[in-house]
Amino acid sequence: MIPLLKKILRTGVITEPAVEVDIGPRQEIERLNDELLRILGRALTIREVDAGSCNGCELEIHALNNAYYNLEGRGIKFVASPRHADMLLVTGPVTKNMENALRIAYDCTPDPKLVVAVGDCGCGCGEVGQLFGENYATCGPVDNVVAVDVRVPGCPPTPLALMQGILAAVRRA
Amino acid sequence: MLFYAEPIEFTPQAGCGAPVWLGQIAEGEDLLRFAIAVHGAGGRIAALWGEDRRREAERFRLNCVFGINQGHVWVALDLPAQGDACPSYPDLSGIFPAASRMQRATRDLVGIASDGGDQRPWLRHGGWPADWFPLRHDSVHEVGVGVGFPNLPSDYDFVQVGGEGAHEIPVGPIHAGIIEPGHFRFSVVGERVLRLEERLGYQHKGVERRLAGADFATGTRLIGRVSGDATCAYAWAYAMALEAACGVAPPPRALVLRAFMLERERIANHLGDLGALGNDAAFAFGLTQFMRLKEDWLRLNAELFGHRFMMDRIVPGGVAGDLDPTALRRVVEQCEAIGREVKALRALYDEHSGLQDRFLTTGAITAELARELSMTGMAARATGLILGGRCYRQGYTPPPPYDRLGVRPATDERGDVAARVAVRFDEIFESLRLLKEMAVAMPEGDVRVEIAPVPGATGLGVVEGWRGEVIVGARIGPDGRLARVHPHDPSWQAWLALEHAVMNDIVPDFPLINKSFNLSYSGVDL
Repeated sequence: MIPLLKKILRTGVITEPAVEVDIGPRQEIERLNDELLRILGRALTIREVDAGSCNGCELEIHALNNAYYNLEGRGIKFVASPRHADMLLVTGPVTKNMENALRIAYDCTPDPKLVVAVGDCGCGCGEVGQLFGENYATCGPVDNVVAVDVRVPGCPPTPLALMQGILAAVRRA
Repeated sequence: MLFYAEPIEFTPQAGCGAPVWLGQIAEGEDLLRFAIAVHGAGGRIAALWGEDRRREAERFRLNCVFGINQGHVWVALDLPAQGDACPSYPDLSGIFPAASRMQRATRDLVGIASDGGDQRPWLRHGGWPADWFPLRHDSVHEVGVGVGFPNLPSDYDFVQVGGEGAHEIPVGPIHAGIIEPGHFRFSVVGERVLRLEERLGYQHKGVERRLAGADFATGTRLIGRVSGDATCAYAWAYAMALEAACGVAPPPRALVLRAFMLERERIANHLGDLGALGNDAAFAFGLTQFMRLKEDWLRLNAELFGHRFMMDRIVPGGVAGDLDPTALRRVVEQCEAIGREVKALRALYDEHSGLQDRFLTTGAITAELARELSMTGMAARATGLILGGRCYRQGYTPPPPYDRLGVRPATDERGDVAARVAVRFDEIFESLRLLKEMAVAMPEGDVRVEIAPVPGATGLGVVEGWRGEVIVGARIGPDGRLARVHPHDPSWQAWLALEHAVMNDIVPDFPLINKSFNLSYSGVDL
């Protein structure tokens, strides 16, 4: 137990604002977090739905919860059921085999709800979005299936871009 | 050249890729006999896919890749086209159980069927008719709202488990975490799992149809998104296949840079998995620590390669981008730092009794089972099998640059979650060593050569990715574009092992066992 506690102490809080200039995105993360909290004033819950991605977007959505971005530490939480969610974070292209499941998840999310489409495939933009457009197996971008409030392009979008997208959706609401 | 004294003449594939032999099989009976011989010698089925060659030869083709001690053998069996009927070939699932789902997928996509075994649809859920096959040249379809095929709900014939107190728990396709979709049907008595049956295909987005007719560069983009967490492995296997087909050898510096990226991909995924495994055993400290290390790792990727996951950096003919001495020095420094941290964290994991209590004996599979299921990669090595495309073994020489790196295979004989954790730790240390070694001895020279398509040529690429063996088979069309490309993920085989691993454990252990395999959905759903 003692080595474990020592490790925790030595690691410290890495989310704190830093004075060094070359930390890069750290100040931006802080600013986004503060703005999110100011707008929300409480918790935001997100249900992630992978409707056909290559799992690249999921890797970056996972990263949102690491100590650098610390989304959950700010009251923004990924939840297990759409019934508990304020926002759906959907990656695509939406496959035919997931179309129905996505609609059910959307219907299960209580109103008012927000939908953020994630990634070039989910947004239907960029070269990759074109390559993964509609075909016999896919319905194409997320807004071909459910109404989308905000799009976060990128292949995959960085955690910072995802934070900005979540913020943009909350601002609109 | 002959294998197992079977009357099939094999020729070695040219080039500097993984060792592959190609052979043509005349009759279905010969395929069956060859498969039995491979099985008898301890070999495995590595991939199986179909091809519509009616335009060239009035035939369909069944491609099978078998993994044998010396490397891989790729055999083709031509099946005469019979109007609209589904031509059939001998069922291999009785010899290699892992062939079953590949055969079902081949039927759904190409319309050639095994003459026995499981005939339920696999990738086709209801989005297109049963008599329409997306990978046939003459299959047209319309897209857009209100046109095209109706997306009909489908029923799936799960195997029922009966008896007093037995009941089912359906899970998915949308799971509780941030994870890809798939359906798991548990049959349980109380908490004990009697049987798990997976139904996948939810991620099917028609990648192979998109690859057909694409040029090499477009193919690079598509193949790098078959399974995003293994993008470097896929891109390398694809490049290897096309280079073998076109008779092009990438420069030595390019090969080392590819291995450089592949090892960085391996470490990134292992770091993430080790954290998630801690978390699934209620040890959130592990997740926090390992995700911190992974983020540091990915940020250096972004600086060095311009992309956090190094997508689209391995291209046919070489690599896009180069590393200067400063970059290489930073990698060495990072490897030192991360190595120290992981070593300390391993001690904490090993000493934590609560964690070990969850890991030990949970989700165990045996080496015999792994071999029967044709498994490869990390999960197979965690049963004690010394299988690895990067390592020497008797009769097998790994492809460059691994032939000069002397990779030590990490194995563990326990076959449980603890073993898969231990193998991941060992592989991180080995890959860190390889990265440092490559960084200080990087060959000089170009990183990319021109590659001109050779119409009609074929090639097979095999790369030992972080999960296991990634295979790409490619045929170039008469127009110099890709006629047929088939990517194969090691998860095809390992998903079967997961079904076995949960038997006799309890339902709450499933997330932990599942994470310990961390299989790709997108990679097998295509």
